Amino acid sequence: MTPTPRAALRRRLVDRAMTGLSFAAVLLALVPLASVLGYVVAQGITALNWAFFTQLPRPVGETGGGMANAIAGTLTLIGLASCIGLPVGILGGVYLGELGNGRLGGWIRFTADVLNGVPSIVVGIFVYTLLVVPMKRFSALAGGAALGIMMTPLVMRTTEELVRLVPATLREAALALGVPWRVTTLRVVLRTATVGVVTGVMLAVARISGETAPLLFTAFNNQYWQSRLDQPTASLTVQLYNYAIAPYDDWHRQAWAAALVLMTMVLVLNITARLVGRRQVSARRSS
Amino acid sequence: MEISNTLFSRALIDAAARAIPLEQVVADQIRAVQINAYYGRTHAVRGVSLGFAANRITAVIGPSGCGKSTLLRCLNRMHELVPGARVEGRVLLDGEDIYAPDVDPVAVRRRVGMVFQRANPFPTMSIYDNVAAGLRLNGVHDRRVLDDVVERSLRQAALWDEVKDVLGRSGASLSGGQQQRWCIARALAVQPEVLLMDEPASALDPASTLKIEELARTLRDNLTIVLVTHNMQQAARVSDSTAFMLSGELVEFRPTTELFTRPKDQRTEDYITGRFG
Repeated sequence: MTPTPRAALRRRLVDRAMTGLSFAAVLLALVPLASVLGYVVAQGITALNWAFFTQLPRPVGETGGGMANAIAGTLTLIGLASCIGLPVGILGGVYLGELGNGRLGGWIRFTADVLNGVPSIVVGIFVYTLLVVPMKRFSALAGGAALGIMMTPLVMRTTEELVRLVPATLREAALALGVPWRVTTLRVVLRTATVGVVTGVMLAVARISGETAPLLFTAFNNQYWQSRLDQPTASLTVQLYNYAIAPYDDWHRQAWAAALVLMTMVLVLNITARLVGRRQVSARRSS
Repeated sequence: MEISNTLFSRALIDAAARAIPLEQVVADQIRAVQINAYYGRTHAVRGVSLGFAANRITAVIGPSGCGKSTLLRCLNRMHELVPGARVEGRVLLDGEDIYAPDVDPVAVRRRVGMVFQRANPFPTMSIYDNVAAGLRLNGVHDRRVLDDVVERSLRQAALWDEVKDVLGRSGASLSGGQQQRWCIARALAVQPEVLLMDEPASALDPASTLKIEELARTLRDNLTIVLVTHNMQQAARVSDSTAFMLSGELVEFRPTTELFTRPKDQRTEDYITGRFG
């Protein structure tokens, strides 16, 4: 049955209008993102120079200097967090994916989800009482532990999802060859999921590298190179915070530069993760 | 040992009761004795006793859900891997019970290989690495040994000439039939005594099916083959003996030509003449 010309016209108009509205909504959602990116780049690029990456912060009153120690500190913290987040997250994820259908698995999954939703400052307080108070000082270790605690459930849940995506026929194939279960799990199942797990890990790192709150009273801050892991350490985020609330124009400029560096780091991690993930999808399709 | 001897004599008595020639029992490479298999409360295989003669192809036919694949999976202890699944009974491999408490299921699976309905190569590994996987994942890393095994297995699987120049590549571009022969090569690489084939050609076109069947005929010289199929023509073409299963029970087990020309049981006759299933 063909619709009357009037009804057809109405449909076309409604279709156009709705498409237009959706498009406008997308634009509206992109405006804040674009303006944040644009503003940070515009403000940060003027303060960014070689010294920013190579020099220590200067005392108040002196211009120049950089945040080399904070960049190193952030990388140290990410490294320490990974020491906790990667093994616990990946092995825990494998457990949930392969054996976690019972009650224990359910509890672990629930706990991980709750931990994922805990405000990051609460994680900071927890590590403060757990490590900072007994050690009687702020330290990179405590900061790394706080970030590691945040990273673990993220990595665990993505790993679980990816391990579940590995077809059961591959497990069967390996087991039927007389390969022990643990070798099958690690070298066939986890190996097959590796690309996806790497993507998940990168996204988790991107997420924690932007955290400030859990570091405020764990890693604290440091205006100098930190030489030991049990000493307070600078980090880009905390340094940014301190500089942004200080009353000095020069510090504000440096804070913008820090914001730009941090954002670029996160963006690069996100984009790399996307590219890696896409490669896996296309590899799946061609097989 | 004593236990398995008792079981073996029981198998002999069992055979006598069912008028199977004695030589055939002795020549059985692998023998199921009173196998009951369950998925949770579902009783999938009901008291099946069946011997598979050495260097012969034994086909197991029957309609979908008759328990033929489950029976097959009991023969290399794969059935018990399904959550909630369990097995009762004995399976004698060269006279020894593979369900005895001191037997390692992993070791059993090295002796009893398996090929699945759909080719399931490891996607992260090359053609070569897939065939070498069974040895490598069990700790063999000597390149010369692996080279030899890979070539020998691919030759046995009649695939060597087609892939010898692309061993390092992914096998994603191989055809369905080639992939299935590739998986057969992978199973052969660990030199099993028995090869279980679970509807190995059901996802393939007729030409590829024929190749798999020819391959099974040649492999018979070195192996004992158990072929589960829902394709009666295939069973008639390749197998030496055929077992017909229905609702988890073994209905009839005889030399293939006899089963298809002079079935003794009415249900077998109904099935092979296409009255159901």
